[in-house]
Amino acid sequence: MASLITCPHCGVRPKEEFAVRGDASLIRPASSASDAAWHDYVYVRVNPRGRTLEHWHHVAGCRRFLVVERDTVTHEVYSVVDGAAAAREVRR
Amino acid sequence: MTAYRLSSGGLLDRSKVLSFTFDGRPLRGFAGDTLASALLANDQLLVGRSFKYHRPRGIVSAGPSEPNALMTLGSGARSDPNTKATVAELYAGLTAKSQNRWPSLGFDVGAVNGLLSPFLGAGFYYKTFMWPRQLWEMLYEPVIRRAAGLGRAVLERDPESYEKSWAFCDLLIVGGGPAGLMAALTAGRAGLRVILADEDFRLGGSLLGETETIDGSPAPAFAERVVAELLSLDNVTLLPRTTVFGWYDDNVFGAVERVQKHVAEPSATLPTERVWRIAAKRALLATGAEERPLVFGGNDCPGVMMASAIGTYAQRYGVSAGKSVAIFTSGSSGYRTARGLVARGVTVSTIVDSRPEATEAAPDGVRVIRSGAIVDTKGRKRLSGIVIERSGFEELIACDALGMSGGWSPVIHLACQRGARPVWSEDLKAFSAPDVGGGLRVVGSANGVYTLSGCLRDGAEKATTIAVELGFNAAEASLPVIENEAEPSFAALWYVPGAKSKAFVDFQNDVHARDLGLALREGFGHVEHAKRYTTSGMATDQGKLSNVNAVGILAGMRGVSPAEVGTTTFRPFYTPVSFGALAGTSRDGHATPTRKSPLHEWARKNGATFVDSGLWFRSAWFPRAGEKTWRESVDREVLNVRANVGLCDVATLGKIEVFGADAAEFLNRLYCNPMLKLPVGKARYGLMLREDGFVFDDGTVSRLAEDQFFVTTTTAMAGAVMSHMDYCAQVLWPDLKVRFCSVSDQWAQMAIAGPKARDVLQQLIDEDISEAVFPFLAARSMVLRGGINARLFRISFSGELAFELAVPAGYGEAVAEQIMEAGRAHGICAYGVEALNVLRLEKGHLTHAEFDGRVTPDDAGLGRMVSAQKPDFIGKHLSARYGLTAADRMQLVGLKPVDRDKDMRAGAHLLKEGMKPSTLNDQGWVSSAGYSPVLGHHIALAFLKSGRERYGEKIVVWDKLRDHEMIAEVCDPAFVDPENKKLKA
Repeated sequence: MASLITCPHCGVRPKEEFAVRGDASLIRPASSASDAAWHDYVYVRVNPRGRTLEHWHHVAGCRRFLVVERDTVTHEVYSVVDGAAAAREVRR
Repeated sequence: MTAYRLSSGGLLDRSKVLSFTFDGRPLRGFAGDTLASALLANDQLLVGRSFKYHRPRGIVSAGPSEPNALMTLGSGARSDPNTKATVAELYAGLTAKSQNRWPSLGFDVGAVNGLLSPFLGAGFYYKTFMWPRQLWEMLYEPVIRRAAGLGRAVLERDPESYEKSWAFCDLLIVGGGPAGLMAALTAGRAGLRVILADEDFRLGGSLLGETETIDGSPAPAFAERVVAELLSLDNVTLLPRTTVFGWYDDNVFGAVERVQKHVAEPSATLPTERVWRIAAKRALLATGAEERPLVFGGNDCPGVMMASAIGTYAQRYGVSAGKSVAIFTSGSSGYRTARGLVARGVTVSTIVDSRPEATEAAPDGVRVIRSGAIVDTKGRKRLSGIVIERSGFEELIACDALGMSGGWSPVIHLACQRGARPVWSEDLKAFSAPDVGGGLRVVGSANGVYTLSGCLRDGAEKATTIAVELGFNAAEASLPVIENEAEPSFAALWYVPGAKSKAFVDFQNDVHARDLGLALREGFGHVEHAKRYTTSGMATDQGKLSNVNAVGILAGMRGVSPAEVGTTTFRPFYTPVSFGALAGTSRDGHATPTRKSPLHEWARKNGATFVDSGLWFRSAWFPRAGEKTWRESVDREVLNVRANVGLCDVATLGKIEVFGADAAEFLNRLYCNPMLKLPVGKARYGLMLREDGFVFDDGTVSRLAEDQFFVTTTTAMAGAVMSHMDYCAQVLWPDLKVRFCSVSDQWAQMAIAGPKARDVLQQLIDEDISEAVFPFLAARSMVLRGGINARLFRISFSGELAFELAVPAGYGEAVAEQIMEAGRAHGICAYGVEALNVLRLEKGHLTHAEFDGRVTPDDAGLGRMVSAQKPDFIGKHLSARYGLTAADRMQLVGLKPVDRDKDMRAGAHLLKEGMKPSTLNDQGWVSSAGYSPVLGHHIALAFLKSGRERYGEKIVVWDKLRDHEMIAEVCDPAFVDPENKKLKA
């Protein structure tokens, strides 16, 4: 896990300021979606080796949810973007 | 047979005599000594007993790799166990005690283990104390732990203070030897922000023990000149006494600075130790190389030391390790050390060289035995001679100190702490650092460069490269001229054959060569297995001296290259770091914040007893004169609220203000019950679910304006709800026009409950708050008499006619006092969370004791709240799934004891009468219980299988924890005022 995260709003900050929520690639299904879709969304998680997208909540900073793309093996952080911006992007 | 202080020389201030004690014996040393050098100067070579066999052990090294000279420094609460005497800076008044001996260092009863050693091989404890298993924890482990052991931690409170700090730099240099100093000088002159950290109290590293001259002056003088220039540069920070213990992601390093470990009376204004986290753009690992011991018979006899350590003691500390020194070497370093010793006037009698074809010349008068091997040593508590074997002939040579020189291993730990493995180098005959990228480069002898000029050049060149990378102009460094330079070479020698007594690999853990053989034979030949099986490379020194030899021996036995055996895993910490330093200031009240309600002072003045509730202090009850138990106070408070009126601090509730055109839509999606059409001026009880359909939190939602809401959460979940709302607003529905912020600390909120609540409150408010104008669930801003802006909510947790009044936090205390004053004629009392809990229990209102994460709205009797009309809300889909709607789920009920004198406690399980307690027969559990002064007996809320159909049934309340069993009657959870008459009065 990274020691430092470059928050797009606050700059380089230590990881202790963040809370990791988990997989940021999940998309919340419509309430009318199938049970299977909801089951996957709520309960099923991959445990990737390598690149992964995670939501990091900057609790001790701007309180924004960030999408952190990082490598679970090398711990390299490839990108950090604001979660709302990323969510709008997905919707587009 | 004595070690002694040389008459001159060494980097000491001989005018400053420092008195200290070792095992109670008063001794003296000089400023500039380590504890080890001072002990040696006093001929105190025996410093400890070994871990398992309690063999006498002496000082081996002159640095942090020391396996033997572990001592307890200081006394009482300020004592530090397992301190390495070789790095402990001597100070006046230091008290040192040896460890792991009884009754004394000279006579140790445990040494009988040495006689039993044929039975105490590797894995002995595992094999012998296998059964009976129960005895392991009760008997074997405590006894073994007492017999084998290191120092003991004291149980007294640590009086020291510690702190943590961040540092940022362009270049961190780990190690202040020739390469590190040269790099710092080059980078410092180029203008980089440089931090140079070295574990020693004096910068210079190997320069402090070198015999070479640099630019015509002795090596230590050169080091002093460089340090002086570095001190003059504002962009350079020197951190002596600082061990960089870990390399972490993003080039962040952990370091511990021993700010005042070296003083008898620490200053109260400074921390004892400081942990640094250093974020470095670039780093250089200039940690040098470690000389390797040789594994031969009797190599643990006190007086057998690292050759380089004997050299360092002579050069830097002006101490000779003995009257007659012998050197056992597999390379040129042994000769170099011998030359240095002779130059300092130390008598060197013999050099035993394992190599047949060595060409190095020994100093005059020193006998050289080539192709020789030491197979045994003489002497018990002090070396008296060595047995040499050459071509089948043995010879006994008298000596009182022996230096071993088995070649060099680069110190590369930090470079291997992030997953990269060391690489075996056939050239260096050692493991070298892996390429870990430009962030951390290895330099000098840590990089396998063993000449002084090479180290200086490597340091300058790498610093220049880094300066250029970071955009600085680095001038070409002028490198100093070195005279009498030696080019070291050595043959790898993992094990000296023909040992006549135990040949130790790991001194600290008493692992000898045959233990490794046993491990291999028994199937533990993998290096990680062998480590665990034999304990080689464990404990405080982590095998800094022993690991490479252990790998070499395993490789030899397996007939493979050390490259194939590999090393064990390097992890932080490089050397042990005290828990105090790691905790920093985070202890006692500083470990977590303390949250005090804005009404805290009011509660205190009214005599509250406080209770920890998460981070909060909450007023639990308000005892009055004559009340002997908390129950008496709580019963009185409850009865008074039901009969008259009470005031309770509810400011700890989470409070969130929500704004925006889509605020109603946002809340409508957050709560399972409808919020969209909540009228302005109204409050509503709201239930939030998790996405999996279970209850997340409850609270109230009040609409203050079309686009402004005031939301409360439970005290415990305030943070979690806020984070959940952040997630929903930012990630799930980023297009909703909504903003919100926590106002938990901005409002002092208090409940005024009881039949006379309105009469009391009306005295503070001009506006009419009668039932007709301000009915149940009314909520709006109003101005108190005197002009304080307030918010008033007609909501009730107690079940009484009740209001919650919120005023700006700073006015809380004054307003609370005013209410108490206004209520005096009505018999108002302050009540705490205990009474609040009884009141809600009597009413059947719920808390997180009920909403424990396994409860659905329907389980809690709130199923009708869940909106069927709303297109979506958090938890909608999965709350309707099979399993969450089953008829035999545990449902909320009330319980009344059949025998009214019996009590119930939360956590008890429910059983049908006559059924055996089992998971299968489990009918439910008690979630909350307490004594109801209104009803005059205990009551409980419980979850019971299909509970709502079972009112009137008798059920067993089975409480195995307290060995308590009783019969209760199942009933409606609303014990008091089920028709809400009081609530809506």
